[in-house]
This record gives sequence, structure tokens and C-alpha cells, in this order.
Amino acid sequence: MTTTSVEATGRASDGGAAGGKPAAPGRDARRRRALPGSASRWTAIGFAAPLLAYLAVFYAYPLWRNIELSVHDYTVRAFVQGNPAFAGFEKYTEVFASDSFPTALLNTALFTLVSIAFQYAIGLALAVFFHANFRLSGVLRALFLVPWLLPLIVSSSTWAWMLNSDNGIINSVIESFGGTQINWLTSPDTALIAVITANIWLGIPFNLVILYAGLQQIPDEIYEAASLDGVTARQRFWRITFPLLRPVSAITLLLGFVYTLKVVDVIWIMTTGGPGDSSLTLAVWSYREAFGTGQPDFSPAAAIGNLLIVIALVFGFVHLRMQRGWEKS
Amino acid sequence: MTARSWPKTVLGVVFTAFMLFPVYWMVNVSLTQTGDLRRSDPHWFPTDPTFEGYTSALSQQLPALGTSLGIGLGCVALTVVIAAPAGYALAVLNLRGGRALNFLLLVAQMIPAVVMAMGFYAIYVRLGLLNTVWGLIVADSTIAVPFGVLLYTTFMAGIPRDLVHAARIDGAGAWRTFTRVVLPVSRNSTLTVSLFAFLWAWSDFIFASTLNRSGEFVPITLGIYQYIGNNTTQWNAIMATAVVASLPAAILLVVAQRYVAAGVTAGAVKD
Repeated sequence: MTTTSVEATGRASDGGAAGGKPAAPGRDARRRRALPGSASRWTAIGFAAPLLAYLAVFYAYPLWRNIELSVHDYTVRAFVQGNPAFAGFEKYTEVFASDSFPTALLNTALFTLVSIAFQYAIGLALAVFFHANFRLSGVLRALFLVPWLLPLIVSSSTWAWMLNSDNGIINSVIESFGGTQINWLTSPDTALIAVITANIWLGIPFNLVILYAGLQQIPDEIYEAASLDGVTARQRFWRITFPLLRPVSAITLLLGFVYTLKVVDVIWIMTTGGPGDSSLTLAVWSYREAFGTGQPDFSPAAAIGNLLIVIALVFGFVHLRMQRGWEKS
Repeated sequence: MTARSWPKTVLGVVFTAFMLFPVYWMVNVSLTQTGDLRRSDPHWFPTDPTFEGYTSALSQQLPALGTSLGIGLGCVALTVVIAAPAGYALAVLNLRGGRALNFLLLVAQMIPAVVMAMGFYAIYVRLGLLNTVWGLIVADSTIAVPFGVLLYTTFMAGIPRDLVHAARIDGAGAWRTFTRVVLPVSRNSTLTVSLFAFLWAWSDFIFASTLNRSGEFVPITLGIYQYIGNNTTQWNAIMATAVVASLPAAILLVVAQRYVAAGVTAGAVKD
């Protein structure tokens, strides 16, 4: 799910880019130290206590239960009686050995990389376009947020109906140009393309908002100086805008990656990962094993889920490392 | 702005129309006669609109809309109650280990919802919280709480120290300073956090479809999902429900545009 607000986008990039340092800028930090008679440590802990308790009970405990699920053999009966057999890493090896694993891994890579590549490129192009500040640009930019704010079930079912083989508007347009009917969601060749297309559409507003905010941080003087030097529009983009936007681009791509990796709704509602495994990603596979069939199979589902967390964290840390490297250079 | 900006405006309108076509299509289908739904060349405009989709949608989905409203409001309350004091502790009271906590919150946002859903399912089975509205409120709040804390922290760090000092010198304790000074000043952050907490709870599908599948009160997202499963012929009713379910997002876009912008600038003005 693309969960970051208009305001948080700019802010989130601050926090993330700086490797999770306190949100206060240096100026405030200096004043903070000067604060006389500041509240005792215990007062601070008291105010943070609800959050700490919340994180322990509603984050750490579910995650712990999830790890526990993945190293036991939880059948439905064991679930109710609470006496599952310990399985060690058996469920993980089962997952890796499964026929669905290579397909799901490849689909996850394609779904995430193709989605964020197009979302980023289109989002950046639109951000540059809207940055020119023409008449109505503010209103139109606000309208671009609509796909992002709609409940995913709404947009996914709308796309499913548009892509319907017999009655969908997209096939109707293709046929009116002399093409033949394409079974977007029911053919193994096109199901992944169809869900990627819908997902790109969903992610464009998010990329547009962050990149637009990034563009506004670039000082006008730089562009003015460049225009005095007679720089062309193309040079201006590749020599000024794009390099100066690099930190914002990096955080956009990282957030896009993390959000796309965990997408379930869109794919589940449009294709349920099918036909067969043709649009199955790791997240959807996990959902399908646990909740998607009449036979809930929580242990492998939890193993796949934990694998997803590891992938997300690895990319998060790689990103932080790269960020630090850039700051030094 | 000169006359030269007009071509860009036209281009912008074309882009926006292209982008919003699926939204238009949802509205168009919701107004289509049931008999016309199965045409191989769908009508591009609702020339002969019908509200039968809306009447059947509302007659069946009204309770689900009420449930979603309740869950959304519950989620807002829970999120603000936890996030606001935590932001105060992190930004104003210099909580020890604040860096680590901030980092944890960033990591928390990376965890896939499906993983959380399984953990909650395993816990709720034992506690008998499956298929309850309370269980869903708690699960939905996990989407908004880390975001809320980060947002409050960022905003509260920008509140001038002099303001907090003045309250302290007047003899206000940490709690009074929080409720009388910091919270009122952070009003726009509260609005932003609330609006997004509500919208995410309203839009949630994964927690609803896993933790509340056979409950007495199902939220609207699940209502639509079950609708799709039950009668695939009545797409005008499905799309009508979808239009109704989109209303909070539409309202948010009109209202929050202003408040979100206000929240961003408020910190800078008071310095």
C-alpha cells in the first residue's frame, strides 16, 4: 500500500535520507541543549509509554508469533489446540523447493522493478511538466492525487472491469482499431502485464508528489545562472535537475520498492495471482497460503512473509549505506 | 503567466483526463442500465443514466458503510492518543534513545501487511477477537501509528522553545504544557494524522479480509469484495458501491489539501 501523506513525503525523505536521525534540524538541536530545567528522563518515558507498549503488543508480538508460526507445523487443528509440532527450518526449505517459488520470485522482481521504473519515469516527467506553473497547474496536480487516495479495492475492481475480456472498454478500443480480443486477466501471458499496468497507474501520484516537492527545493538562482549561460532545456534537465534531485530520487525509489514489494490487494482482487501462478508474487503467495484457499496453511505463509521482511530490510540497509557514501563524497 | 502558458494548460488537461479515465469509467458504469452492461461496445457516456445500481448498492451496503465509519473513527482516536504524546516525548522532552525509536518506526513501516495479518490472526484466534470491530480497529491502526509519530515529532520539533519555556516559567508541568500549549499549536498535525488514519482504515482490505471475514459487521471494502464474488452480472451496482466508497477520499482531497498545506507552513510562520 502506498502509505505516506502529502506532508510526510518531504519529511519522510528527511528522516530516511539522514539514516533515522532525529527530525529536528541542527538549529533546534542547539537550542534544545540550552533548555534549562528540562523535564526529567522519566517524564519523557511516561509520555512515550503508550507508544512503547503499543509497539511491543501490536508490532513485536505479532512479528514474534509470525516467526513462531514459520518454525512450527501449524495445521488448522494445531491452531485451535495450540500444540503444533516443532519443524525448525523445514517450512523454509519446503518453500524454497516448491514449484511456485521460482515463478513467484521472478514475478516479484518483474512486478516491483517494472512498476517502479515506469512510476518513477512518468512521475518525474509529470513533476517537471507541472513545475512550469501554468494556468490551472495547481488544480490539475491535485486531481492527479485521486488514484492514490481511492481505496485499492475500488481502483482494482474498476481496472478488472475495464480489462474484462468480453465487456471491457480496453478490448472494445483495441477491436475498434482492428485488433483482436485479449484475455488480459485470464491468460497466463498477459495477467502479469495487466496487474503491473494497474499498479503503475496507482503509483504515479506518489512519485509525482515527492519529486515535485524535490524540484521545489532546487534554488531558482541555479536555473537563472544556467539560462544566462545559454543552456538548452535538455542540458538543463540532465546537468542540473536530475543530479540535484538524486537524494530525493533515491528515497522515492526505496519507498516505491518497499511498498511495491508488499502489494497484495491489487493482484489478489484482479487475478488472485492466477491463472495458475502466472501473476503470483511472494506477498500474494503468502496471502494465498494463509487466507486464500479453504485450507489455511499458516506455516509456509509465515515463512514467505519473513522472507519478504528480510528482502525489504536488506534493501533498506543498502540504501542507507549508499546514502552515507554520497554524503561523504 | 503569459499567453504562452495556454498550450501547457491544454496538455495538462489532456494528461489529467487520461489519468482519471478509470475514475470516470467507474462513474459511467455505475450509471449504466443492467441490460447494456454486457454489450461488447460499451457506451462511452451515460446518455440514458439509471440509478438502479445505486439503489441496490445502498439497500445492501448501508450497514457496511456505517461499520467502516465506526472503524475509521476508532482508528483515528487510537492513533492520535498514542502518537501525539510520543511525538511530544521525542521532539520536546528529548527522550533517551529517540534515535533508535525513530529508526524502529521507519522499519515498522516496511513490514508487509500480510505478515501483520497472520500475526494478528494467530493472536486473535486465542483471544476470541476474530470478526470483531475492535480487533479490526487495532489492526488498522498499525498502518497509521508509525506515520503519526513521525509526523508529530517533525512538527513539534519546530515549535519555538521560547513557547515551551514560557509555559514552564508560568509553573506549568510537563502534562499541562502538553495539553495547553503543544497540542493546540499542533492542531494541523492532528488534522493531518486524523485524516490519513481515517482514510487508511476506511480503505483497508487485507486486515478486513483476514481478520473479519465472517463477522456480523463487515467494512465496505469487504462488502464490495463479497459483492464481486456473489453477482458478477451486476457491475453497475458494484461500481455504484465503489463510487460511494470513494466519497471520503474525494472529501479528503478537497478538505485536506488546505490543512496539509497549513500544517507544512505553520511551523515556519511562528518562528
